[in-house]
Amino acid sequence: MQPEGFFDEMHGFDGAVQNAYRGYAEWLTGMPLNRLAEKHQHADALFRRLGITFAINDENSDGNGTERLIPFDVIPRILGADEWSVVANGACQRVRAINAFLHDIYHEQEILKAGRIPASLVLNNPAFRPEALGLDLPGGTYVHVAGIDVVRVGPGEFHVLEDNARVPSGVSYMLENRATMMRLFPELFVKQPVAPVSHYPELLLRTLKASAPAGVRDPSVVVLTPGHLNSAYFEHAFLAREMGVELVEGLDLVVDDDLVFMRTTEGLKRVDVIYRRIDDDFIDPLAFRADSYLGVPGLLAVARNGGVALANAIGTGIADDKAIYVYVPDMIDFYLGEKPILKNVPTYSLRDADDRAYVLDHLEELVVKEVAGAGGYGMLVGPASTAEQRQEFRAKILANPNSFIAQPTLKLSTCPTLVQNEIQPRHVDLRPYVLTGETTVVVPGALTRVALRKGSLVVNSSQGGGTKDTWVLER
Amino acid sequence: MLGRTANNVYWMARYVERAENLARLLASTYHMSLLAPGAGVDVKNWEAPLSLCADPSVFYDRHEEVSAANVLKFMALDPDNPSSIRSSIRFARDNAHATRNELTTEVWEAINQTFFELETINYPKMLDLGYQEYFDWVKERSHLFRGAVFGTMRRGEAFTFSRLGTFIERADNTSRFLHLKWALLTPSVSKPVAAEDYYRWGALLRAFSAFKAYREVYSVIIEPRRVAELLVLRRDMPRSLFACTGEQLAILTNLRSNAACTLQAAQTFNRMEVSRIDSILRSGLPRFLNDFIRRNSELNDMIGREFMLVQ
Repeated sequence: MQPEGFFDEMHGFDGAVQNAYRGYAEWLTGMPLNRLAEKHQHADALFRRLGITFAINDENSDGNGTERLIPFDVIPRILGADEWSVVANGACQRVRAINAFLHDIYHEQEILKAGRIPASLVLNNPAFRPEALGLDLPGGTYVHVAGIDVVRVGPGEFHVLEDNARVPSGVSYMLENRATMMRLFPELFVKQPVAPVSHYPELLLRTLKASAPAGVRDPSVVVLTPGHLNSAYFEHAFLAREMGVELVEGLDLVVDDDLVFMRTTEGLKRVDVIYRRIDDDFIDPLAFRADSYLGVPGLLAVARNGGVALANAIGTGIADDKAIYVYVPDMIDFYLGEKPILKNVPTYSLRDADDRAYVLDHLEELVVKEVAGAGGYGMLVGPASTAEQRQEFRAKILANPNSFIAQPTLKLSTCPTLVQNEIQPRHVDLRPYVLTGETTVVVPGALTRVALRKGSLVVNSSQGGGTKDTWVLER
Repeated sequence: MLGRTANNVYWMARYVERAENLARLLASTYHMSLLAPGAGVDVKNWEAPLSLCADPSVFYDRHEEVSAANVLKFMALDPDNPSSIRSSIRFARDNAHATRNELTTEVWEAINQTFFELETINYPKMLDLGYQEYFDWVKERSHLFRGAVFGTMRRGEAFTFSRLGTFIERADNTSRFLHLKWALLTPSVSKPVAAEDYYRWGALLRAFSAFKAYREVYSVIIEPRRVAELLVLRRDMPRSLFACTGEQLAILTNLRSNAACTLQAAQTFNRMEVSRIDSILRSGLPRFLNDFIRRNSELNDMIGREFMLVQ
């Protein structure tokens, strides 16, 4: 049943139950499959009732925000304390380096002067925002919330696939998946030392308050959403509710006298920190895309003058650019003087002639990604592709080589998953959420995404991926 | 609270209340149709609810004749009729969804679950269920919603604007339904109540859950004059116009005692406090109700301008 050469979270390479799964595996053997399937259906009903839905954005949707459930799998992804500490320390280390990098490139640009990263790759990158140059942020923090995508290929072998440093989403699923599991299987949590995650919103609020402009006492925090048709709206509303702050849309905010206010039932009220879930491009029609009606005119000017804090800051997209990703280990060395705890995936840069020639010769073995792509769109998975798709990508690459990178197809670990009332291995990844306020921290948990189609390596929810609860054992 | 959020919460409550009152009206229409002596009367009876639509001609584009089945399909289940129960629940849910973070889980689930269940009900299923069961279910879901609001929401602005929405909508609906039914039943106002009329007035009282109350308050045979008094001027009847006005005024006084909308509510309240049913009936109940509906809708606009930044 286990695909050849892949590591399984529960059964390793050879079928032996892994340490972290011992207690769970024992429980699972006493659990009839049909009972598990019932729990699965119950979970679906719970998610629908709570409105934990996801609006699909693709060519086939009617643009009216078709709501769907992200499939939830009842079999958890379990990590032991030692495994987790590698992931947690590695993810925090990357985020510390990324924050130092962002501060540097928007100030002295030492890393470019030292020649550790090609200057043109940064300065000519559309994700580099000259508007952020010289801007001094509290604590030098640009990325307050990061989602680091990690995959595993062997017992202690974790690779970072991507650093999401703009507006990473999915953390509400980490929290709701846990709440659902505790409701469905309370007995498991009595026996297993599963680390709690439910304090995440509190940590987030503390992080956001720490980023307030200097001199503001008891800062007023809001969550800025594009609105209820956005795919992640549930999460925006969820986080606002959990933190006890207002959920605002662009039209609710107004810039006046170099400050930002929200329109309330009692008139205008000052806003100090905006946890914005809108991309740079759309956040201020006066500064960026003029056709955006989601943003707030004049917001950027206020942020530049220190009248309001944006989390994440303007211009963090440069750090999760897939071409810059290659240099994160260099950043860790350059700014922190440390060795990377988590490895990068070897990456071919298609702007380089040698790399390009190699990639074009080996398309059927590689994964090719568009540098600016997100959500699994604009991606070729070589081993699963047709000759026709490869031909199409070859043309795209030749037309615009700078826009692509390629990576070997990773042997993503699998995790037992309930598929059509049978337990089958399916590929998974892992996204821990790293918060940076006064310090850089991560809650002991993550979002595990699972590719539900047999053999598929694409875990994105927009591509039919599901999620699992992720347990970190405390001992 | 954000003005937009106040607006969403307010309309969420208005639409749930509207769905409940529509169910009440249709249920009583159905009861009356069972008592109707002739086919012509029945058509008039079923035409009445259609006048609540912004554009009743849509009904005639879709349906050949005014019959119980067609009117119920249109007013209860038709997703394309913005005035149907189904649309009201959808709008309630849209408003709740847009301000999900202000609601307790119980309130959200009450609306969301109603929405999903209603999406599965088509006409054959409604027949299978029975009309009465269907209307009772809609009412129960509305009770659940209001109970969840009352029992779980912090006494803050979301709670306040939700309650305000309920009483603005109820004031509107009670006056409109009374207006419709009065027109159908008035030929008998001056005459002593005949046996079949007795049942019709009884059905009207039941539509407002007021049959038992009538017995308790008056302990006499049903008289139209007293029915009107009960539904317009009795402060202790939770669906009466005076009761709704009282709730509106209390909420608005609490929110902002010197606002234009509060003064308007106070004026309406003061007038009703000194009104006597006989003088209202002398100048005509429909006239009184029209004036009440107009003032209530003005009040809605004033509330929008005062708190919700509606231009």
